[in-house]
Formats: sequence, C-alpha cells, structure tokens
Amino acid sequence: MRRALFRACSLESNAVTTDLSTTFKMPRRRLLGWAAASTALAAAPLQAQIRVEITGVGATQLPLALGRFRDEAACGVALSTIIQADLERSGAFRVLAGDNSLDERSTPELTAWRGRGADALVAGSVTRLADGRFDVRFKLWDAVRGEGLLALSKVVQPADLRLAAHRVADDIHLKLTGERGVFATRIAYVLRSGRRYSLHVTDPDGEGGQVALASPEPLISPAWSPDGRKLAYVSFETQKAAVWVQDLSTGERRMVAGFRGSNSAPAWSPDGKRLAVTLSRDGPAQLYLISADGSGEPQRLTRSSAIDTEAAFSPDGKQVYFVSDRGGGPQIYRVAVDGGTPERVTFSGDYNISPALSPDSRNLAYISRQGGAFKLMLLDLTGGAPLSLTDTQDDESPSFAPNGRLLVYTTKARGLDVLMTTTLDGKIKTRLLSTGADMREPCWGPFGR
Amino acid sequence: MKTSPALRTLALAAALLALAACESPSQLTQPSAAMVETRSPVANAAGGATSATSATAAATAAQSTVASVDLATSRGVNPGGMGGAGAAGNTALMAAPTQRVVYFDFDSFVIRDEFKGLLDSYAKAMVRDSRKHVVVEGHTDDRGGSEYNLALGQKRAEAVLRSLTLLGVSDRQVEAVSFGKERPAVQGADESAWAKNRRAELKDR
Repeated sequence: MRRALFRACSLESNAVTTDLSTTFKMPRRRLLGWAAASTALAAAPLQAQIRVEITGVGATQLPLALGRFRDEAACGVALSTIIQADLERSGAFRVLAGDNSLDERSTPELTAWRGRGADALVAGSVTRLADGRFDVRFKLWDAVRGEGLLALSKVVQPADLRLAAHRVADDIHLKLTGERGVFATRIAYVLRSGRRYSLHVTDPDGEGGQVALASPEPLISPAWSPDGRKLAYVSFETQKAAVWVQDLSTGERRMVAGFRGSNSAPAWSPDGKRLAVTLSRDGPAQLYLISADGSGEPQRLTRSSAIDTEAAFSPDGKQVYFVSDRGGGPQIYRVAVDGGTPERVTFSGDYNISPALSPDSRNLAYISRQGGAFKLMLLDLTGGAPLSLTDTQDDESPSFAPNGRLLVYTTKARGLDVLMTTTLDGKIKTRLLSTGADMREPCWGPFGR
Repeated sequence: MKTSPALRTLALAAALLALAACESPSQLTQPSAAMVETRSPVANAAGGATSATSATAAATAAQSTVASVDLATSRGVNPGGMGGAGAAGNTALMAAPTQRVVYFDFDSFVIRDEFKGLLDSYAKAMVRDSRKHVVVEGHTDDRGGSEYNLALGQKRAEAVLRSLTLLGVSDRQVEAVSFGKERPAVQGADESAWAKNRRAELKDR
C-alpha cells in the first residue's frame, strides 16, 4: 500500500501540488508498472475545433528549453505541447526544443543548455497512479545561474490533465516573471451556429471546451462570478432579455432579473454579493444594483433620460464604469457605487462602448468607432492618449485576463466572429478559430476554478 | 546540490507526510475506506488539518467538469413566436409581416409619418378590446456592441409604446422589449439590409 503514498492529499481544488524541490528519490519504479498497465485512457478527448494562431512577435522573450514529459504519450494529453503553447502565447517566452530523455530527476548539463541559448530548462514526467489519477511532475532549472529553481508534483483526475499542464505553465510563468500566469483560468463565450446558441467554457488556449447552456434563443453578456463558480448572462429564452445566474458544476440556474422591459448587462461586484444590471422597467435603460440571488428590490444607480448600460465594477468595488449617451453619442463614464454625479472618462471619438477595467485599475479597454470601424482601444487612466491595439475592423467585447497582461475580445475574420487574445501592447495576438460558427461575447474568468 | 541522497529521501518523506497531514482533512471528518490506504501513522501525529472539505468528492469529481443544460430539450421552455424552430440554418425571413413592423432611420428613434396610420389602427383596436395585449420588440442593425444595441432597440420599442399610450392604450396592454442586434430580419452588410433591421415589431401576445 505504500505505492499510494503520492496520492495522500486531496484538497478542495483537487489538483494536489506537492513541492518536490527537496528531493526526487521516490518509489517511482513501482509506479511505472501501473502506468504501463493502464494504456486505456480516461482522459477527455481533445477538442480540436479551435486552433490558436499566434501573430506578431514580442520584444523581450525569455528563451526556455522544454522537452516532452516522460510517458506523456501514454497519458493521452500532450502536456509539453500545452505548456509550450501557453508560454508562447503569453508573449514572455520563446520556447526552444528540449531533451526528451530528461525528466525532473535528471541532472542536466546546464552550461551546455546556456550555450544553446536557453536561459531556463524544463523537464518532467507523468505517471498513472493506482487509483487512476495521474501524477504530473516537473523541474525548472535556471541555466544562467546553473541551479534548480522549482520542482513540483500535481496529482489530478484524468479529466484534469490539461488543467495540470496549464498549472505547470502557470508555475513556470510565476517563477520566471514574478507574475501569475492565467493558463489555468477559463474563458466563457457564446457560440452561434445558425439559430443555435450555446454558452461555452474553455481553457484560454481554446481547448477543453464544455457547454454550460444550449438554447434556441440568443445568449449574450456572460460574466464570471469572482469565485469562478457561476456565470451570469442574458438569455432571450422567455422572448425577452432576462438576466440569469447559473452554477457551472451543478447546472442549477435562476432568473435574477426579469422585470418589465429588458434586463441585461450583468456585472458582478468584486465581493460576489451584488450584480449591476441594466433595466428598462422605469423607461430608458438605466443601471441598477441587485443582489446576486435576485432577491429584494433593485436599487437604482443612475438617473438620466438617456441610455445608461454596460456596467463594470472597479476592482475595489467602489466605482462603476458604464456607457451612457447622455451627451449625445455613447461615451464611458464612472460613478461611485453609492451614488453621486457621474464623471466622463472617454473624450476622443463619438462612439465608445464596452468598458473593461484591468485588475490593477490602471487601464481601461473599450471599443471605439472610428469611421466605419469598431476598434479595441486601451486607455491608461493615469494619463495619456488611447492606444489602438488591433488592425481589424469589427472588434467587440474586451475582457481582461485576471493577471492584467492579456485581453480577450471578438472580431470578424472571413465573415465569422472569432475570439482573439492580445497583449496590452498589441504585439502578440492569438486567434481562437472555430469551424463555421460565430464565437462571441468572451469573458475571461478569475484565477482558480 | 551536495545533499546526500539519503538525507534528501528523508527530507522528502517528511515533507510529503506533513503535506498529507495538512492537506487531507478527510481523516478528521470521515472514516473513508477508500482513503485509508493513503494514511500513515506519522500523518496523524502531525495533526493540524486545514479547511474541511470532502476528500471523497474531490477524489471523484474532476474540477474541469461543467454541467450542461440544453433548453431545447428541457421542460418549460417557451419556444416563442418567431420563425419556428424548423427553419434551422435559415436565419433570414424571421420578420413578421410588413404591416406590423415600424422601420427607423439610422441612429433614430422617431416614428416616421408613414407608420402613424399603422399605430393608429393598432391603438384603436386595443382601446376597443382591453384584453388585447401587444409586445413591441425593438431591433437594430448589426453594427456596434450587443449591449448598446440592446438599449437602442429598447429605445425604439419605447417610442412605439409611447405612441400607443398617447393614443389611449393602457400601460398594462403593452410591453416594450428589445432584441438588439440579435435577431436581424435579413442578413447583409449594406444599407438596404441595415434599413430592414432597424425596426420595431408588434406582436400580439
């Protein structure tokens, strides 16, 4: 029974991460027998309908060598490929070919790797445990200083192998850049195919997609709860716009705003207790605060005779950014969450919509109409002119990654809506393609799941 | 890097056992047979469990799993009035008959004179029969954001609603809603398509 020593831990987020940095002398050989005996895979098949394309090259990228993890072919998930794609998409890394014969117990010639241009080296392995879970292990070396930096083990369910790979990429990102990676986070978006609409939840690389809701009526404006367990969204299933909240793991859903007129644009307060929504029950579309379970009476937040919509909380929860055409065309304003006079935020252009605030409150992403084009813009709220981040014409729905380094948005390519990610300098973009269906309304989820 | 292998083994064993103790609350909350084989006497001695969660649940449920709900197959779905579900793939021609549609100019919410007769006859019928109930659905063309367009469509529907109430229709007989740019009457990216999509449809409910 000692063979089960590795799986000793189960915690709430059941991918157990164990620090292996002290040593690697474990009964590995005993485990290998089990791995070999279990070629039948329980891992979920990869969904290949979405492809990530990287365009553009960043300025400073850390060169890192990464080889295949030992036995990754047997686990059914291309762990090292996922890790490589994650690191490259972040824009912070350039991945060089590693040595497939290395694993986390190896003692690589770091000076030789340095000679080949690698500043860092990663090797690892995956082993099937007796209980069917997998132990994913890796080690990260600093080739410049010639020392090991990090060695971890993640014990996961077969269905979470992709998640484990993303977490390895997150660990490497954090160790080498000092900032958290977002590879283990999720993105929600709406897929439209003919008159079928579905709310998808996918890994940020576009893989591992699952359907939270399928409907014959339109779905728009998904918004993640701060704990990553629920989605609020607008569904037209009752032949009008109503705001719903759905628990992702149970599928339980509830209409939280279905008043007379339209109910839309949900935004979670950072504490997860309230939603800012747009209601037209008193006439024009205005902002209201409601409790996240829909109980109680909505509290009106704005009072204008114009359109006020698309609320977005500041990360400290004290302010709400929103779109209003009270001055003529739509512009972005902000108002204190406990009321007061709204203050205009955008001044260039006559049509600015869809505000998204970076997690550090410094940057505002939004969509600006310029001529006939709709462009993703970034405005440094501490000063400066807005920056155009794309060379496309039909950008929509920007949403920040929780570490603030990337944005996801939608644009048109060959007549279809596609999801894009971009770095904040606009230099590295990825495109998540689907086959023959529109991908719309992306929303990047929080850390953790 | 000079630590002896034996020492490192010991260190790891200690570290793992400590982890087993602090990250496996199941030993304190449930005598799970499935988890017994993972226990070690030393783990108990280390004590100090953290937050209590169900290890059994954690061990069986992958955290990547999302429950899927399909409204087309579940009960209680209102299939709605428009288009019929049979016309899968054909998103055009969902608009109601022309005589029940009010069209708008670009960026406008003003009801053109040509539609005042239509609204007048609607209002007369509704005043005559107070049981009649009408939903006004506002729509926009597909340019711009979905939420701002939803609000624009709502404004168009409200304009029609106001016309009806000014003609004596009760507030209770009419509701203004919006589909924004989500339900275009026709597909296309030119002014003739956009003009057909900037509309409010009157639906008897």
